Parts: sequence; structure tokens; C-alpha cells
Amino acid sequence: MAGGFRFGGGKVSDSTFGPLRTILLAPSWLVIGVFLVLPVGTMLVYSFLTKEFRGGVIWEFTLAAYDQFFFDRGLFGDEPPKLEWTYITIFWRSIWQAGLATLLCLIIGFPTAYYIATRPPDTRSIWLFVVTIPYWVNLLIRTVSMKFLIRDGGPLNEWMLALGAISEPIAMINTDFAVQLGLFYSYLPFMVLPIYASVERYDFALSEAAADLYASRWTTLTQVVLPTVRPGIVAGCILVFVPSLGAFLAPDLLGGAKNFMIGSLIEEQFKGNAGNWPFGAAASMILLTLVLMVLMVYARQQAREERRKR
Amino acid sequence: MDSRLTSVPAVSIREVIKVYGSGPGAFTALKGATFDVAAGEFFTLLGPSGCGKTTLLRLIGGFQDITSGSILLDGDDIASLPANRRPVNTVFQNYALFPHMSVSENIAFGLKRLGRSAAETRARTGDMIALTQLGPFADRRPDQLSGGQQQRVALARALAPSPKVLLLDEPLSALDLKLRQAMRLELKRIQEETGITFVFVTHDQEEALTMSDRIAVMSSGELQQIGTAREIYETPKNRFVADFIGETNLLAVTVAEAPGASGACRCRLPDGSLIDCQAPVSVAAGTQGHISIRPERISLVPVASGDGNGPAAITGLVDRTIYLGTDTQTMLHLGDGSEITVRAQNAHTEAATFRTGERAALKFDDGAARLLVT
Repeated sequence: MAGGFRFGGGKVSDSTFGPLRTILLAPSWLVIGVFLVLPVGTMLVYSFLTKEFRGGVIWEFTLAAYDQFFFDRGLFGDEPPKLEWTYITIFWRSIWQAGLATLLCLIIGFPTAYYIATRPPDTRSIWLFVVTIPYWVNLLIRTVSMKFLIRDGGPLNEWMLALGAISEPIAMINTDFAVQLGLFYSYLPFMVLPIYASVERYDFALSEAAADLYASRWTTLTQVVLPTVRPGIVAGCILVFVPSLGAFLAPDLLGGAKNFMIGSLIEEQFKGNAGNWPFGAAASMILLTLVLMVLMVYARQQAREERRKR
Repeated sequence: MDSRLTSVPAVSIREVIKVYGSGPGAFTALKGATFDVAAGEFFTLLGPSGCGKTTLLRLIGGFQDITSGSILLDGDDIASLPANRRPVNTVFQNYALFPHMSVSENIAFGLKRLGRSAAETRARTGDMIALTQLGPFADRRPDQLSGGQQQRVALARALAPSPKVLLLDEPLSALDLKLRQAMRLELKRIQEETGITFVFVTHDQEEALTMSDRIAVMSSGELQQIGTAREIYETPKNRFVADFIGETNLLAVTVAEAPGASGACRCRLPDGSLIDCQAPVSVAAGTQGHISIRPERISLVPVASGDGNGPAAITGLVDRTIYLGTDTQTMLHLGDGSEITVRAQNAHTEAATFRTGERAALKFDDGAARLLVT
């Protein structure tokens, strides 16, 4: 599947280009080192250090941050450890919200992408441009605007009142619904674009072949179209799920204090009042582990499928 | 041939018109085609690209709506049925195999959609794999197969549901020459074994001549002639058919003596020389037209021999002689400048070869020259 989202790949023999190969690859290694290994390594180290009040760390090794995440040892830290549900609940809510956002983006994004990809080539670019227009505005501004739109006295409630659809304003702000709306709106194009790229390469003769072989439109969609464009769908889901999981703007601005997500929790440890860097780092590491686990399960499944093909 | 008279045709095309678009930009791809395809026949739609042959096939398959007219399958009008309700299957030009399914899954696809039982599906899929000799590849994916193997999968997949009619859209065009030649015979064998009516689309006349029971020659959205390979090659109805099928010499003529009951008539070349030919339709003397004569139906003789036929021997000057292995091709020009090609088999060693600039008399085989007025 050309150009699909896929892990691993072909191998080129090391001796093909000799020393030139090392030189040519150096910039890539540098970028990966500076922007991936170094920050993640720093986080990993910090998560095992002792906290300094109001930010910063003391260079003393401790598991305190992870302990704080998973266990409750009472107010003074001397009771026998109980499982701490606060943070696990936040994680669970985040996963649930991110998963729902991914599903909604898929439900809306797939038909959108399919529609765009089936337009004549010259109108496709216009549609794609329309989809990406909101992204020329800063995410913060968009999220704040969303807050104004859905607040109790906001235009959305006013319109619905005027139309007689509701008799009193619906409290949308500071609910899970608002957070979900924010996530969905923020990441929808990340679903549309990769699926569009997949559908654009899709050979519509396959749909004709399916119809020719007595498949209904629904069967054609589920048995032929979806499996063929699956790499784009998977890429879109990952691109929506992963940033949704760590999002903090939408939960902060639209969700309020009750609807905390991982992103907000971590943000607060570094920028906010909590000021507990090792705990923030530990929460990040746990989040990273979770995401990697999801990706690895997918990668293994993909590898198994590849083997089945051989 | 007898069954053609007694039974209902497998496919009936009645005044089918297809117009793409509307208003001033509309394009008429098909200008009212009417013909029947008999059950069990290998029927070929032959024509250059853009002649409407693929459009016609897609209309039968149900991938496009007809603008007017009707399409009957075993006597039933199917024009209103969507593609997935028509008991016809298609072998697509680029095969359109499902890339995420194995060979056997591809072949079983149609059977599953028809709700056949698992056992029946498995048995039928097995039969198709055997028929197309795909046994060793049953579990492979399409992208692990060669072009010829993919072609056979496409064929097996389309044959599996036992369609009333199999539609083939230039199925061999993506194969290389050797494979194409082998597949022609294979296709013909499978068609004869299964007894399924084939409607085959191609622009390759050799392909059409090799396999077809009957050929419909098409050009610019119109049917030009329908007949057996021999009929369209030997008795073309018009200039297009004569020119498109095989090589031919076309000479502008004026009818000198109108054809009699046998169709024999005499025409005058621009230089005044007369030539005997066959006219497929009755024409009046003085009508402008062309005569068509195949290069292999002309032989060259020395001018002095007096062996040329007709009132006076037609002679030409040799421009070039080309040795082609089995044949020798000689190009000449006549007195009025019109060019003529002659082809002689090299098996006949006695055939004289002429040097460039030499004058040779043209000897036409009896009945080989045909008068075409359209």
C-alpha cells in the first residue's frame, strides 16, 4: 500500500553509500537527537528527581512523583498506601474524551474527505483550502471564540431560544460536551487530510467491480472502500487521538475545573500553582507510555498482517 | 448458428444512445446502436479509441445510464437495474482486483454477495481456480502476482457467479505480446468450456479476428459493420472498415459500368484505366467511390507478359521493395500518383522481385477488388 501509514520498512545495505551515508544522515540524527531524545530524556530524568517548591528540581533520586500518581498515603504520608484514583480518573476521562473525539472526527471526517476526493481535481484544492482556513487562526483564539459561542448568553443559545427550540439557555460551557466540541473542532482537519490523501489514490474501478459482483453500496463501502483506504483512516485516528489526549486548551477554557484532562494536569505542574516539576514529568512519562503502547499494539497487528500476506 | 434463429438473444441492444453532459458541451458517445448477441457467442466490439465501444460495454454493465433506447438481457429490459442487480459480470481493463483480499477471496466475492452457502462458494471458487490454473497462487494477494496471473484472477472472479453475459473491457491490453497471444487462446478455450456469452471490447484487430464468432466494427459512436472475421475482412462494407481491419489499398475511382446481378462492375481510375471489381450495393454509373484491395490479393508480373487482367493491364513504378521475412512488400505508384502496396509470400520463390524504378503490371485476384461508395 503505497504511501500508507506504516511502521518499519525496507532496508538499504549499509555499504551502499559508505562514509557519505553517515555524513548525509548526520543532520537527521542531529534533529532527532536535539528535538526528540534530549527533551524526552530530560523529562524521564526529571520524573525521578525531588521537587523544589514553586518549580525546579533538587538533584536527588526518588520515586516520589510516581508514588504520588498511583498511591494515596494520607495527608502526612505516613498511612499505608491506598490506590490513588484522582489522577487515574483524569487519565481515564482523557482517554475517553480523546477516543470520543477521534470517533466523531472519523464519522464526520470520512464522508467529508470522500466527498472532496471525488470532486473534479480543480475544485478539490478549493475544498481542502476551506477545510484548513480555520487553522490560519491561532488555536487559543478559536477556543476562546468557541467559549463565547456556546456560553449561556451566547449566540448559539440566543438563536435556539429565538427559534423556540429551547425555552431556557442550555448550560453548555464547563461540561464534558464543551470539551468534546473543542477537541472535535480543533482536530477535525487532522482526520480529513490523511483520509483525503488515501481516498484520492483509491481506484474507483474497485467500487465498480464490487457493484458488478452484486455488492450493495453499503457492502462496497465496508468490504472494499474502507479496507483499501485504511492506512489513511489509521493515520487520521492517530493524528487526532494523540494530541486530543494531551490537549489542555479546550479542557481549560471550555471544561472548567471539573473537567480536567491530562494536558491541564501536566500544564499546571509547570506553569500553574502546583509547581511540581517531577510530578508533571512523571505524568508526561505515563502518558507517553500509554500512547506508545497503543501504537505498538497497532504496529504489531500491522506486522502480523504483513506476514500473513507473504 | 441454428440456435441464433430459435432462441432469445443473450443481449439485445435497441437504438441505444448515450450523451455525456448537456447543452452545447454535450458529447454523443453512442449514436443509436442496434444489434443482438446470440447466447454462447463470442462477440467483439472493435474500434479505435473514442469510438464508443467501452461506453457501450459500460452501459450493458450498468455503470452508466443510457440516454435513450433499451438493453435487453435474455429478453428482459435491464436498463433500469443498477449494476449490482444485473446478471452480468465484467473483466475490467486494469483488472480492479481487491488489493486487500487473496486470490480466492477475490473470486469468492460475488458468490458471497449472492448469498451462496459457504460450501458452494468454496466448491465454485475451487472450480474457477482450476479452470484458470491459479492453484499455486490461491492465497496470494494481487500485488504478488504477475500481470498475466492478475488477468486470470479477474477472469475467474467475473466467471464465478456464472453470469449470463461476461463483459471484457480490453482485458489483454496491459499484457506483453507473448502473453497476450497465449491469453487469446486461453480466453477462447474458457469461453468454449463454460459456454458463457462473451462481449469483448478491443482496439486490437488481431485479437478480434483470433477469438470472435462475430465482430462489430465501431467508429465515432456508430456501428460500421457486424459480421464474422472473414466477412468483415473480405467484404468490408465501407472505407472505414476496409481501412481499419488489416491493410488495404484504397484507390479513388468513378463507376464506369453499373454492377449487374452478380455485383460485378467496372470502374475507371483517374488515369483512365479500367478495373473490374465487386460492388456490395447497386450504384449508378458515374458514382464516385473507392476500390479497396488487400495487398496480398495483388501480384506483380512483368509488363510484357500480357498476363494482367481487365481491359488493359494497370502498371506502376516500383518505389521500394521491403523484405519482411515471411513476406516481401513492394510499394508502387500508379500513373496518377496514387500509391499501392503489394505483399507476396516468400514461399513462392517463383514470384518475381522488381527493382526500384522498374515498371510492373498489377494482377488482381478475381473478386478481390471491392467498390466502396461510403
